[in-house]
Amino acid sequence: MTLFIETLLGGLLAGTMYSLVAIGFVLIFKASGVFNYSQGSLLLFSALTLVTFIEMGLSFWSAVLITLVVIVLLSILIERIVLRPLASRNVMTLFMATLGLSYVIEGAAQGLMGAEVRLLDIGIDDNAMFVGEILISQFDLVVACLAMILVVILAIMFSKTRIGISLRAVADDAAAAQSIGININRIWQIVWAVAAVVGLISGMVWGARQGVAFSLSLVVLKALPVLIIGGFTSITGAIVGGILIGASEALAETYLGPMVGGGITPWFAYVVALAFLFIRPVGLFGEYKVERV
Amino acid sequence: MRRKEISASSTSKSPSQSEHSALNSKSVLTILLLAALIALPYLSSEYVVQVIVLPVLILGLAGLGLNILTGYTGQISLGSGGFMAVGAYATYALAVHGGITFFPLAILFAGLITGFTGWLFGLPSIRIKGFYVMVTSLAAQFFFEWLFLKFPWFYNYGDVPTISLPPMSLFGFEIDSSYIVKYYFTLAVVVFLTWIASNLINSHIGRNWMAIRDMDTAAGVIGIDSKKYKSLAFSVSAFFLGTAGALWGLIFLGTTSVGSFQIDRSFQILFIIIIGGMSSIRGNYIGAAFIFLLPLVIDYFAKTFIGETVSPGLLSNFQKFLFGVMIIIFLIKEPEGLDRLVRQFILKLKVGRA
Repeated sequence: MTLFIETLLGGLLAGTMYSLVAIGFVLIFKASGVFNYSQGSLLLFSALTLVTFIEMGLSFWSAVLITLVVIVLLSILIERIVLRPLASRNVMTLFMATLGLSYVIEGAAQGLMGAEVRLLDIGIDDNAMFVGEILISQFDLVVACLAMILVVILAIMFSKTRIGISLRAVADDAAAAQSIGININRIWQIVWAVAAVVGLISGMVWGARQGVAFSLSLVVLKALPVLIIGGFTSITGAIVGGILIGASEALAETYLGPMVGGGITPWFAYVVALAFLFIRPVGLFGEYKVERV
Repeated sequence: MRRKEISASSTSKSPSQSEHSALNSKSVLTILLLAALIALPYLSSEYVVQVIVLPVLILGLAGLGLNILTGYTGQISLGSGGFMAVGAYATYALAVHGGITFFPLAILFAGLITGFTGWLFGLPSIRIKGFYVMVTSLAAQFFFEWLFLKFPWFYNYGDVPTISLPPMSLFGFEIDSSYIVKYYFTLAVVVFLTWIASNLINSHIGRNWMAIRDMDTAAGVIGIDSKKYKSLAFSVSAFFLGTAGALWGLIFLGTTSVGSFQIDRSFQILFIIIIGGMSSIRGNYIGAAFIFLLPLVIDYFAKTFIGETVSPGLLSNFQKFLFGVMIIIFLIKEPEGLDRLVRQFILKLKVGRA
């Protein structure tokens, strides 16, 4: 029983790391309908930039600050160079553009800053601690809290600030939003920048966990099933989906894995997502769309 | 996708119109090209045939497989590598465990098996669309990668998880006997399947696929059974990919493992159809040539002009960067891919002659 609870808790907490990545997707998808494949490479890029600045001798926080500036500039550039010319095209084209973008970012980041695995210390100890009889990773706990804080901040930003409200207007109906004078390009830039900041946070967390290297950008593939379960348009969905995927993955690897030879984590999440598609195709928190001919 | 953009710009002709008017020069060109491909082993070296033309043909066939699903039916897939793996491993299993040593038969059955798996993984996507379909294709990709690595039956209980071309016959020839046999066999398969695909696409099946691609709700309203035709597209696409995978793994590489069919392969095939041209048959081969040869060219220039000092890591990152830039440029500037440029060139030839 202890093993079950430990596995479940560990999975739940690890799942919040998936949620962090998924939130970045949801932000961009909500505002522009773009499935941003390059979120993973943005994550890699920001973690790499951070590590590089730290290695150059900057203190941790000033490195974070400079990285923030760099990725915000990058987001603005992406909007200008890639998204604006493609604004009127269909979503598949935009998706493929972000796929190309991820190649550009990965190639440039690794070419300029090196491709070897580097350690990132963000000042959280990865110690295991006992709560009663149950073993929990301290790191996972901190990450879970971090994710919660982030969600609260985003929720406030979306519902209370002027930018948040115009952002929701754009998400609702881009043409209508434009006609009442909202600068849609500016909104896209802001949303990409916010997503990049979320990417920086997830990059720091994942980078501290497994080292900063190319494999970081593959986290993007983990976020897809999360989005399917939670729905593409809901931040709450991203959180719940991430936790569900994390927990079911951990449980499956422990209990189901030994029966089929182990190593099932790469695809198990997808099977869960597929099963979900049969039951509720729009995800837990997604919205059904009415299509007109 | 192509139709819409064409009708939006009034300057260019509609594709059917231009294809029709270029029909004669097109068929002449096709015959010339075929003749050149048949004569190739006698005109050039083993290197050109085996290292350049053979892989381009096979990758073009894989691109055609994906194009049927993505370009013509509008369902995006990132599972091409996985289905190619199924083709390769199924051919191997049929030969080693099933005792089918006649290569064309083995590869046909392997294609059918892959087609079946394509149908299976296409099932959930009948209810869904867009990015959700991508998830089912990724599920297929990761599942097959895992399957062929985990169960030793698939690599005949060898010490390492690789498969090699078993001794197989081909109308009295030993398939492994010379590169010329391999080349002609591949060429025959590629030409035959391309002909099949072109007929399919020009039939009512292809028109229904394109109707679903352009708007599946509308297609349903005019009475197209979109579930049936989506399923069919998944199966046919997987059949082509499986055949291409078998050729790639066992004929071109000879010895292969799951490593040759990972997700970067899926991306490569997708890039082939983006650069070559969505909803185009010729585009697949143009795109394959471009995608496959560009790294070789970059490599050559780096070695010649910069010397051996460039690290392979840096070079591969530069390639990655360049591919990404090209994808974006093509999507923005030339959404119909290289195929449109070639089509214009053929039209010019025709006009010049008349």
